[in-house]
Amino acid sequence: MKTSRRDFIQKASLFTGVFTLGFDWFSAEASAETSAMEVVTGAGRFNAFLSIDSLGKVTLFSPNPEIGQGIKTAFPVVVAEELDVDWAQVQVEQANLDTKQFERQLTGGSGALKHSWERLRKAGATVRKMMLQAAADQWKVNVAQCKTSKGFVLGPAGQKASYGSLAEAAAKLPVPSEVTFKDRKDYKLIGTRVKGVDNKNVVTGKPLFGIDIRKPGMVFAQIVRPPFGATLKSFSAEDVKKMPGILDVVSFKNKVAIVGENTYAILQARASLTCDYGSELPLENNETHANWFDEGMKSEKAQVMRKDGDFATAIASAAKVIEATYECPFISHSPMEPMNFFADVKADSVLLAGPTQVPQPAQKAVSDLLKIPVDKIQVELSKMGGGFGRRLSNDFVLEAAELSSLIKKPVLVMWTREDDMMGGTYRPAVRYRFKAGLDSNGEIIAFALRGVGLNAGNSTRQDNFPVGAIENVLIESIDQKSTVTTGPWRAPITNFLGFAEQAFLDEVAEAAGKDPVQMRLALLEKVKTKPVGKITYEPVRFEEVIKQVAEKAQWKKKPGVHQGFSVYYSHLSYVAQIAEVKVEKGKPRVTKVTAVTDCGEVINLSGAENQVKGAIIDGMGHAMFAKLNFQAGVASPQNFNVYRMIRGNEIPVIDAHFVNNGIAPTGLGEPALPPTGGSIANAIYAATKKRHYKQPFS
Amino acid sequence: MAINCTVNKKKVSLDIDPNTPLLWALRDHLSLLGTKYGCGIAQCGACTVWVNGEPMRSCVLPISAVSNAQITTIEGLDPAGKHPVQVAWDELDVPQCGYCQAGQIMTAAGLLKKNPHPTDQEIVDGMSGNICRCGTYHRIQEAVKLASKKIKK
Repeated sequence: MKTSRRDFIQKASLFTGVFTLGFDWFSAEASAETSAMEVVTGAGRFNAFLSIDSLGKVTLFSPNPEIGQGIKTAFPVVVAEELDVDWAQVQVEQANLDTKQFERQLTGGSGALKHSWERLRKAGATVRKMMLQAAADQWKVNVAQCKTSKGFVLGPAGQKASYGSLAEAAAKLPVPSEVTFKDRKDYKLIGTRVKGVDNKNVVTGKPLFGIDIRKPGMVFAQIVRPPFGATLKSFSAEDVKKMPGILDVVSFKNKVAIVGENTYAILQARASLTCDYGSELPLENNETHANWFDEGMKSEKAQVMRKDGDFATAIASAAKVIEATYECPFISHSPMEPMNFFADVKADSVLLAGPTQVPQPAQKAVSDLLKIPVDKIQVELSKMGGGFGRRLSNDFVLEAAELSSLIKKPVLVMWTREDDMMGGTYRPAVRYRFKAGLDSNGEIIAFALRGVGLNAGNSTRQDNFPVGAIENVLIESIDQKSTVTTGPWRAPITNFLGFAEQAFLDEVAEAAGKDPVQMRLALLEKVKTKPVGKITYEPVRFEEVIKQVAEKAQWKKKPGVHQGFSVYYSHLSYVAQIAEVKVEKGKPRVTKVTAVTDCGEVINLSGAENQVKGAIIDGMGHAMFAKLNFQAGVASPQNFNVYRMIRGNEIPVIDAHFVNNGIAPTGLGEPALPPTGGSIANAIYAATKKRHYKQPFS
Repeated sequence: MAINCTVNKKKVSLDIDPNTPLLWALRDHLSLLGTKYGCGIAQCGACTVWVNGEPMRSCVLPISAVSNAQITTIEGLDPAGKHPVQVAWDELDVPQCGYCQAGQIMTAAGLLKKNPHPTDQEIVDGMSGNICRCGTYHRIQEAVKLASKKIKK
C-alpha cells in the first residue's frame, strides 16, 4: 500500500505526542505544545534529537549553532551510533532555537560534546531499545534474542524489520528508563572519518549563511559606528537620503544607519555621509594602553588570584631568578563572514535570523531592549562563516532589532570588512610578568605571574599547571577598564597566556640546565605524588600527551632540526606540541608542528583533525602577524591588505595525533591553539637564539 | 544603459549603476548568493568568479567591465556538484565553516583548467591568494591534487 504524505503525517502525529511527553529528561517543560510542532515536521519525532517516520526516514536534529567546528556532523554521529542506523540513510537538520527541547543551545567554550555526550547517546540508545522491543513483540520472541544492524532489527529465526516499519508500534511502547550504551569496541561511526553534512551544499554555493538571508519585503542596511569612547554630535543626512537606492538614514545610540535597496547604493551613500563626534574623556591611543600596562605592573592594588606558601621569602632565597614580560595587542576575530543579522520587528512579535553563537541570550537581549516577551521572539539559526568568539556578543543582533523597530521593516544589517575590523569586541590586550626562583639544584621553588589586561577580566588561569607543582606561588590579576570593547576570542585569555607561559618555562628550563620536556615531566611527577593546593588538571593525562609528542616528533633526536616544545591544558583537553624551525636565507621558517591531543573520545576523526590543524594555523598566524593600533579611539589596520592573515604558502606540515583512551569527550574547538605560539617561539629560539616576548612576532 | 552579459550560460541584462561591482550585481540583483563578500578590496578571494574563463575578484570589478562577457559563478560550475574540484572538496572533507570555499573552488577549478596537472608548488602558489580563516589550507592543497588526478582519468 502506498502511503500518501498526508496519511503518514497524521499517523506520525498520532504517536509523536506520546513520545515527547515520555522523553522529559531533556526538559521538564516538554508538553503537548511540542507535538503540534511535530505535525508540521511531518515525522515521528521520538525525542528532541531524532525522528523516524513510517517510511524509514531518519532525521537527526542538531541543536547547536554550526560555526565550522563540525558540531552539526558530530552530534548526529553520536545519536546515529547508539541508534544503530546506516549513516548514509540519515538526514541532518539544524534545529532553530527551541528552549523547550534543548539545553545549552550555544557555541562556545568548546563545551558542546562534554555537555551533550550522555544526552545524545541516550537519545539514540533509547529509541534503539524501543525498536528492539517492538520487533520482539511482533515476532513473539524474547527481546534478548534480537539485535539491530543498520536501521533494522534482526530476529532469531532470520526475521528482519526496518525501523521505519516498526516506528508506529515502537512509539506506543513505554519509554525505557534505563538503557545500555554500546561498547566502544563495537563503534561503527564514532572515531571514523565522517564528512561534513553540509559539504555538498557548500561546494555548490547554496545560500547557507547569515549574509545570504533573503525575506519578503527585506531592506539592506549598514551602520556607521563612532570611534571607541566617542559620542555622535551631528551628521549630515539630507544629501545622503536623496541618493539613488537610499530609503532612509536613521540614528540611534551614537550610530547612523543607512537603509537602502542594495549593498552598492549603501556603500556609495556612506562615502557621502559625514559624522561629527565628540568625547568627554581623551580618546585612547597606543600610548594610553602602554601607560596602563606600566601602571598596572607597578600597582599595589592587584587582585590576588592564588597564593601558595610564601613567594616573597622564597624568591629572596633563590639561587637564581628568571623574570620575563610578555605582551599582546588587541586583535580582531576577522571571521571570513563579517558580522550581519536579520531582524523583523513587528508590534507584538519578532523574527531574528542569522549567525549567532548564543541564540538564547540574543533572544533575551532583544526581549529586554524592545520589551517584547521572549516567547514572541523567534530565532532562526544560519550557518556561521566563522566566529572565533565574535558571535558570542549580541551587539550586532541588538542593532538589527533596534533598526528594524525604528524603520518598521524587515532588515538585514551587514558589516563591511572595515566595520568588522574596527567594530570591537576584540581579544583584549594583555601584559604578563613572570618570575621564577630556582634553588641551587635548579628546582623551581618560587613562581609568580601578574597579568594586566585591558577589559580582560581575570587575565590569569590561576589553578593551571605549573601551579600545583611549586611550593611558593603568587598569581595576580589587574583589569584596567578601556573604552575599546573586548570579548572572548578563540581560547579566551589562554590564546596568549599559553604562549607566554610556555615561552617562559622554556627560558626557566634553560636557566636550570634542564631539558624542557624532562622538566615538565618532573614537575608533573611532583603533582602526582604531592600536589600543592587545588589543581584543575589531571597530571597523568598531561604526562601522556607530553610523552607521546616527544616520541612522535623524535624530540632532540633529529640532528640539524631546531625544535620547540609546549604543552597546555584548556577546555578540559590536553595538547602537547613540538614545532620545527629551519633557517632559510637568514630567516626562521616553521616547517612542521607535531601535536598530540587528549580530548577523550574522538567522535569524528576528520573533523577532529580539521580542528587541531585549523587551531594551530590560527594560533601561528595571529602570533606572527596580527595587531590593531589605536589613534583617537579608532582601530587600524582596517582590512586584510595591512592586517595580515596567514596564507596557504606559510603553513607548516602538521602531524596531528590523538590519545586513544575512551574517556568521555571534551573540547576541541579551542585547545590546540594556546600551545601553538609557545612551541613556535621556542623552536625559533632554538634556531636563532632570539626569544620573542611580544605578539605579533613580525 | 543596461549591461548585457551571460551568467552561468543564461543571458542577463543589468540596468543598474555601471560602477556596481560584479559581486553585488550577482548577489543583490541576480540572487546568486554563492559568491561571497570577504574584504571588498581583492585581498581574500572569497568573491572569485570566472570572467571569460579567468578567475577574477568580483568585488572590485565593475559590471561595466563585463559587458558581453561570459561569467561563471559557483552555482554554474556544476550545479550537481560533480566537477572534479567539488568532488575532491567533499571527499577530503575540506570545509570547516565553508564561507570562503566558493572562492577557493573557483580559484582551484580555474587553476586546473589552465594547468590540469600542477606541481605541489604550483598548487601552493596558485591557491595562496585566497584566505581561509579556519585554516583548511592543507586540505585545500590536497584536494586540488586529488582533483587533478580525477581529471587525468
